[in-house]
Amino acid sequence: MHDFRDDEILGKAYDSRLMKRLLKYVKPYWKQVLISILLVLILAVLNPLRPYITKFAIDDYILKSDYSGLTKLTLLLLGILFLQGGLQYLLSYITEWIGQKTIFDLRMEIFNHLQRLALRFFDKNPTGRLVTRVTNDVESLNEMYSSGIVLVFGDIFTILGILYFMFKLSFELSLVTLSVLPLLFYATFLFRKKAREAYREVRTLIARINAFLQERFSGISVVQVFHREEKEFEKFDRINAKYRDANIKSIFYYAVFYPAVELISALGIGLIIWYGGGEVIKGTVTIGVLISFLQYTEMFFRPVRDLSEKYNIFQTAMASAERIFKLLDTKIFIKQPENPVKLEKLCGEIEFENVWFAYKHDGEMISDDDWILKNVSFKINAGEKVAIVGATGSGKSTIINLICKFYTVQKGRILIDGIDIKNIDEKELRKHIAVVLQDVLLFSGDIFTNITLGNENIKIEKVIESARLIGADQFIERLPNGYFEVVQERGANLSVGEKQLISFVRALVYDPKILVLDEATSSVDVETERVIQNAIGKLLENRTAIVIAHRLSTIQNVDKIIVLHKGEVREIGTHDELLALKGIYYRLYQLQYKERKSKLVNVSGTAK
Amino acid sequence: MRSLFELKPYILKYKKLIFLGILSILVSEAFYVVIPILIGRAVDNLKLGITGEKLLWFASLVIGSTLLSGIASFFTRQTIIVASRKIEYDLRNDFYRHVQSLHYLYFRNKRVGDIMAYATNDIPSVRNFLGPGIMYSIETVIEFIVILAIMFSMNFKLTLLTLMPLPLISYLVYRVGKILHEKYEDIQEHFGTITTVAQENIAGIRVVKSYVREDYEVEKFRKLNFDYMMKNIKLIKVQSLTYPLMILITGISIIIVVWYGGYQVIKGAMTLGQITSFLIYLGYLIWPMIAFGWIVNLTQRASASMDRLLEVLKVEPQIRDTSETDFSIKEIKGEVKFKNVWFKYPDSESYVLKGIDFEIKQGQTVGIVGYTGSGKTTLVNLIPRLFDPDKGEVLIDGINVKKIPLKVLRESIGYVQQEVFLFSDSVKNNITFGVDSVSDEEVFEVAKIAHIYDEVLEFPNGFDTVVGERGITLSGGQRQRVGLARALIKKPKILILDDSFSSVDAYTEEMILKNLKEFRKGRTTIIISHRITAVKDADLIIVLDDGKIVERGTHDELLELGGIYADLYLKQILEEELEKM
Repeated sequence: MHDFRDDEILGKAYDSRLMKRLLKYVKPYWKQVLISILLVLILAVLNPLRPYITKFAIDDYILKSDYSGLTKLTLLLLGILFLQGGLQYLLSYITEWIGQKTIFDLRMEIFNHLQRLALRFFDKNPTGRLVTRVTNDVESLNEMYSSGIVLVFGDIFTILGILYFMFKLSFELSLVTLSVLPLLFYATFLFRKKAREAYREVRTLIARINAFLQERFSGISVVQVFHREEKEFEKFDRINAKYRDANIKSIFYYAVFYPAVELISALGIGLIIWYGGGEVIKGTVTIGVLISFLQYTEMFFRPVRDLSEKYNIFQTAMASAERIFKLLDTKIFIKQPENPVKLEKLCGEIEFENVWFAYKHDGEMISDDDWILKNVSFKINAGEKVAIVGATGSGKSTIINLICKFYTVQKGRILIDGIDIKNIDEKELRKHIAVVLQDVLLFSGDIFTNITLGNENIKIEKVIESARLIGADQFIERLPNGYFEVVQERGANLSVGEKQLISFVRALVYDPKILVLDEATSSVDVETERVIQNAIGKLLENRTAIVIAHRLSTIQNVDKIIVLHKGEVREIGTHDELLALKGIYYRLYQLQYKERKSKLVNVSGTAK
Repeated sequence: MRSLFELKPYILKYKKLIFLGILSILVSEAFYVVIPILIGRAVDNLKLGITGEKLLWFASLVIGSTLLSGIASFFTRQTIIVASRKIEYDLRNDFYRHVQSLHYLYFRNKRVGDIMAYATNDIPSVRNFLGPGIMYSIETVIEFIVILAIMFSMNFKLTLLTLMPLPLISYLVYRVGKILHEKYEDIQEHFGTITTVAQENIAGIRVVKSYVREDYEVEKFRKLNFDYMMKNIKLIKVQSLTYPLMILITGISIIIVVWYGGYQVIKGAMTLGQITSFLIYLGYLIWPMIAFGWIVNLTQRASASMDRLLEVLKVEPQIRDTSETDFSIKEIKGEVKFKNVWFKYPDSESYVLKGIDFEIKQGQTVGIVGYTGSGKTTLVNLIPRLFDPDKGEVLIDGINVKKIPLKVLRESIGYVQQEVFLFSDSVKNNITFGVDSVSDEEVFEVAKIAHIYDEVLEFPNGFDTVVGERGITLSGGQRQRVGLARALIKKPKILILDDSFSSVDAYTEEMILKNLKEFRKGRTTIIISHRITAVKDADLIIVLDDGKIVERGTHDELLELGGIYADLYLKQILEEELEKM
């Protein structure tokens, strides 16, 4: 969801350091940039040409009654007009094209970067915010890339072009007409300043309104239960009124500015009539010059106004750029081994050797309470099935994170086939491990793709075979499109049990040497439960398997049970051995047994 | 379009302001349209030979007219646009007031983001129609008619000729606008897909990483991103046409004036000044033409927004005081009774509560236990009427809660919900959320009962420390205790604690329970808990399972019974033992 607090970060002032970095992304398209600058230059000459030619039409043909000459000149005007239109089209197209290409590259870079960041980073950054970087933040740079950069040159050159022709027609009259320019600049400057202040206030207030609404709607039950509707409304009314007044204040500036610009331009026209008219009488300036000057004043004001508009575009772009570059500069990666060991054939032996772990960055202070795993040691032989049990918060899930090298340990070693995983490339390592997580995450796409995760080496036959082995074939084949049935948003068309089975098939088609299964705790009906238990049995065959256990039946058939308690390994043994010990496992077992009994009661009660 | 008529009462409220605004538009336009005539006259006078004094007079007239027109246009903005901001304010207030009165269940089925969109997108879009929309459409129509009249009176044929391309502009703005809109919708949808895929990727980054699918994901994203870019480039192809087309069409008009007008001058049928006026008028006309297409789009968008807003505004608040409400009830004592209460959520078939029957005497304490999903929270939600039962009655002091004024009912209940929601405000303001004027001492007192006082004092700004994203982030246990203090300060007749100690450690829980013993005197208290310690001293313990009361009695009686309660008790002993190991 969009976080409205982000809106509070107001437009940053122009920052040349950011701008330089933003410009780098345009570099690959320097040819297109060059073409567009060329177009801008040509157009800067073509645009002011018409009033210039109009002068000749009036002075040399209309006033001299040369009708055929006038027609010829008209045709010339038409030619210039069409050329102007065509080039203008090209220019708009190319600049927008550059914008799109740049945006594409930037978006890919951010996405790529995200894929490489370590999990540690994702723990601390909410998904929504990261999505915004890839989507909206990049999008808001589009305008700067497309209309911003090149067209700023466009405006400047157009102004220069107009000036050139004006001075060519009459140096003196030009000076007189342009004498109003400082007024225009001053008025614009004043307005910008005032309007920006007002705009900031408006932005701050709208952010407050949004934050208020978001909070009250999220916590609506608190508002209702405490019967604070009236009071909360009064609070809202106060912010809303402030927002209204801030807007009304900014209306005032606009209401003054627009007529003021008109007035300044009228001053220019007045000068042309008074001074220019006098010159016409004296005979130093022709009527044609006068009329084309009248047209030039109109033309001149637009780019001057546009230029200040563009300042806004740059300003909004800065805020987004700042956020994007901050993400790109975040370099939280898992340390790459200098001489990575290749894993040719893996047996699947796993050993934890005095492992200490805390969810902290390198160099961060670790207090005694922070340790999630304390001096954990155990060994799992190749092909063994091992269950890890423990109460919530005992550190079970952390074991998965470490085996997969999602995080690195602070002390001790984790060995796979006797090799310290510090020396194995993280991707290489994960290719041999499949993890089935508690919460099954399905992607948009069909069931087949959700099983293969887009791996083209896995063929449909393999998927069908695996599904059969797991026992997922029945419900999949019952779907209208079978394996190619599209999964709805968040898997809405599948039950919890079905989603689990799909994640089992996913693990099975990858045929890993090591399987880590974090059993789901959510309750399913008795029949599904039977299918799932059966499937787990199949899944564990022929490989080293670690089960983070929540279910009893799975525990009883494993080779070894490791009991984690408060981050330490406290008991290791088989089910019967540990029961006989009457220690932690004994109590956990009883606890789970009770929970299980209650769940069954519960499930049978709500059966549909 | 019809939905926009619903704005009538809002507009009528500011009819004076809007009337003044329209008046200023008329004045402004009157002075505006004479300017080209003045300039034309000046040009013609040049040929006749003119004094410098007279030229200055013309120049001053041009400036003067512009000044007067500008002053009037200042008033236009100060009236019509200001009115539109005022209407927006009214609309937003009404919207908020309405939405917060809606049924609690309405918020279960709608995402907060969706409701937010009404406030952030739809209200401004209606505002845009009311302000700039109305102002420019009036301005456009007036300007258009007057200028055309003047031009036709000067030279009928030339006007006809020059105007031929102009309606094309309006048409093109509208047409191209429509095509662009369609393409734009398509692109927006694609953008939505990109967002979803990015969202799924980041949410599922563990799966992606553990199956080493990063490259595939990048490739998948690249394809989507590429399609998005191509769609945009296609859009650009059309979009880039608008400006050049505008240049072409207006350019042609101007060329016609120069050519055909020039011919007329040569013939002696027109003066050069008139040509000049014509040229300036053409410049004037371009804006109304563009504005026209723009206004059509604006109106369409506003109308769609208004439809959406009306959809929300027409949802009736279901829980409120009705004609049955007995307003003579000023306070309650706190006796609670459930009589064969059945409840199901509107979107579901099965009942969550099935024939609940029990009674709590004034001042008694009742504990409710049961597994997750057994209906405990739903049951207590019925007491402050977050929703009403489908069958049966909830009675307080023997009166159906539906007859008790909501204000009396809810102000007499202190309800600490399972998930404590705090506002990003100071700790003190969060605690005093439900009461109007309380002394700091009272705040400290309840904070002490909730066993949060000492911890808050350690915060950077003590009780003025702001909680939430920008301030300090409270731990789950701290939130629960602030939530408790917030309920206690109301000195409620009925206190409901829904699993309010789940994130608090055993020692602190014990302390709070001890403090509460005194506070509870004379108040009816309902405690939902997973831990037996919180309920074992209750006068009555109810065990819920699948929406039914399956066991009831005191702690000792229930242990004797050997049912679910006894099971939970054993489980807790085991957990305590484990904790100590």
